[in-house]
Amino acid sequence: MRLALTLTLYAGAAAADSLTVYVPDYFGSEWGPTPAIKAAFEETCDCEIEFVAGEVLTRLRLEGERTEADVVLGLNTDVAAEARELDLFAPHRLDTTDLTLPIDWTDETFLPFNWGYTAFVYDTDVISNAPGSFAELLEMDDDIRIVIQDPRSSISGLALAYWVDAVFGDGATEAWTQLEPKILTVTKGWSESYGLFTSGEADMVLSYTTSPAYHISAEGDETKVAAIFEEGHYFMAEVAAKVAGTDQPELADQFMAFILTPAFQEIIPEGNWSYPAKLPRDQWPEVFRNLPEPSTALFYTEQEAAERRDDVIETWRSALTQ
Amino acid sequence: MRRLAGWSAAFLIVALVFGTLGAIAWRADWTGGLRPADWLVIRFTVWQAVLSAILSVVLAIPVARALTRRRFVGRGLYVALLGAPFILPSIVAIFGLLTVFGRSGWVNDLLGILGLSDISIYGLQGIVLAHVFFNLPLAVRFLLQGWQSIPLERFRLTESLDGSIWTLLERPMLVRVVPGAAAVIFLICLTSFAVALTLGGGPRATTVELAIYQAFRFDFDLGRVALLAIVQVALCLVALGLAAAVPVGDGVGIGHDRIIPRRDRSALDWIWIGFGAVFLGAPLLAIAFAGLGGLTDLPSVVWPAALRSVVVALTATALSLGLAMALILWSHGARWIEAMGALPLAASGLVMGAGLYLWLAPLAPPAALALPLTTIVNAAMVLPFAVRVLAPAYRDIENGYGRLADSLSLTSYARLRWLILPRMRRPIGFCAGLAAALSIGDLGVIALFAGTEQATLPLAIYQLMGSYRMEGAAGASLILVALSFGLFWLFDRGGRIDADV
Repeated sequence: MRLALTLTLYAGAAAADSLTVYVPDYFGSEWGPTPAIKAAFEETCDCEIEFVAGEVLTRLRLEGERTEADVVLGLNTDVAAEARELDLFAPHRLDTTDLTLPIDWTDETFLPFNWGYTAFVYDTDVISNAPGSFAELLEMDDDIRIVIQDPRSSISGLALAYWVDAVFGDGATEAWTQLEPKILTVTKGWSESYGLFTSGEADMVLSYTTSPAYHISAEGDETKVAAIFEEGHYFMAEVAAKVAGTDQPELADQFMAFILTPAFQEIIPEGNWSYPAKLPRDQWPEVFRNLPEPSTALFYTEQEAAERRDDVIETWRSALTQ
Repeated sequence: MRRLAGWSAAFLIVALVFGTLGAIAWRADWTGGLRPADWLVIRFTVWQAVLSAILSVVLAIPVARALTRRRFVGRGLYVALLGAPFILPSIVAIFGLLTVFGRSGWVNDLLGILGLSDISIYGLQGIVLAHVFFNLPLAVRFLLQGWQSIPLERFRLTESLDGSIWTLLERPMLVRVVPGAAAVIFLICLTSFAVALTLGGGPRATTVELAIYQAFRFDFDLGRVALLAIVQVALCLVALGLAAAVPVGDGVGIGHDRIIPRRDRSALDWIWIGFGAVFLGAPLLAIAFAGLGGLTDLPSVVWPAALRSVVVALTATALSLGLAMALILWSHGARWIEAMGALPLAASGLVMGAGLYLWLAPLAPPAALALPLTTIVNAAMVLPFAVRVLAPAYRDIENGYGRLADSLSLTSYARLRWLILPRMRRPIGFCAGLAAALSIGDLGVIALFAGTEQATLPLAIYQLMGSYRMEGAAGASLILVALSFGLFWLFDRGGRIDADV
């Protein structure tokens, strides 16, 4: 009875012009950018947008063709190949020539909406001689306590595995072995790691170059700083895609186009604490303009990422279980 | 009626544990068996669970014994607080433990002042420490139930005959209670995941549940998920089999339920009571301190999330108590029912969630199912504890009063109403408290299903952390702890009021 009622209500809701958008947890919460995006988009259309927060890729894999999503947001460049294999997406048909990314973007399916660099964030009250390169980080005193994420369960942890691979190549095992005594612990996801860092349990945390912006903007705290390495930092973008089987193709296209407009892009920096994919630097919030930026972007294309994945994870695992 | 309810309860458990596993196995491409590294994972999983279970139970014996021998002001509160660690969401508990035992925690500060070297919580010792923190209180509560099952007249009798209370009363009781308690704790630790990873210090500390999570989230290798889940269920069955193989003997019979002060006491009792208070209380204090700061600017969304959590917890409590009683009455309290009730402990929460998703997603929109499913899975997850506590209580009543009731032709509903339920108030209250508290803190399957409108409090805490709002997360955690403890206290207290007469 209740199920039938729910179904009826649901069918009623779907009949109106409503767009279902899958987003990751951190993006879809009240503290993420979705409330502002919802308000901004609904102003431009006679429609309603529903954000469904959760594990986007897992959900798509379970649902396949049956998915209720019209648009998905928040897939990551490192797992784009697997998402593409699902064969669920339609081309975005948008111009990506003048994006504000440090790399060229030619993908016709996945549309980047924000991006960032992986970085080690530290507290200037605790660490005075911050490393200027990855090599210097490895040579730091073993007393330093770094917390990282597991590459098998966390997207930032995986990015670190690619970063080490890109910087050290065949020397990756040795690099991990050198890093190992400094690693306080490995957590399942970014949140646990960052909690350990802000509570003072860890001196340094694997996060993003944009993390300090939160502390400066929201807390007026300038002691949290990202160490900038001269070898370069691993780049990752979060992408959106239109679901091919959507029952709202026009509305979905409209939303995809909206993603690259200033209305959406201006929400990103202080909504998702990362760099906007299409917004000139002079329109960024001041705190973002002032953040120290890496000179080199290290990046694996999705094919490279897919090919190297098992290797870089095995290198990580075996070096840390020695 | 009794049979119908019993069969339905049994069917629900089997469907949740094996049906969901089956749904995943059905969808899987079967490629390859266990890898060499998997055997290391299995060995580590079993080893840490064995250590944690043994240590929890061994430490619980003197603490529980001291508590039964001593009456003191605040004893009721102490016993109630014992429920608190067990019902903490693991992420909250980890931060509490780290504040006390972490690198810059209270213990290391103290050691520093005394000029002693630091201790490290990361590694096997950290995992076991955390598991003992979670499960010592549970073990104490199981053992307290055991001690309370010995009528106090027996202590007087034994004393007046110059017999040894330990040999004649306590040791036989422990032989009955300890294997079951250890088995339950072993199973809880077997499926440990966030604790093992965060405090384990790295990939050395991979457990089977973590491997399942990775195979699912990362590789989406459903064959491997199913295989590892089968390994986990098999380990569980072996543990339950071993616990069941221990001969249990008969109960000690019934008495007049009166409180008579114990005369056998030792000064050591206070040391053990103090140990329990400090070891379990310090991390709770740490959580309270951390949370107080965050209470001032708590985001408004926390309150509806808290309300949803309470509703889910209360419904799950009613459901799991109903299921447990149905199972027990159906089986007449037979011993195998405890093993059957323990099955959900072995099931991976993730496999249950994903299996249900595969089953139900074609039938109804997943977001609409998020809260009902979370309720059902939570009810199943607390069922093992309910059955473990209620089944022995039921057996004792039937053994003690069954023949009298038979001779009075007290059957079916009347027997339940006038004999069984009144005499089971204490364990039922305890179980209801445990069930409510456990399900309020469980992130459960909601993470896989929820839309933004259905967030429960644990999910809201994760989302706060994911948006850098660590203070708010600490404040929300404090609310969660207060709610789960409040529910536990209410039910447990409700079961005990006037229950001594």
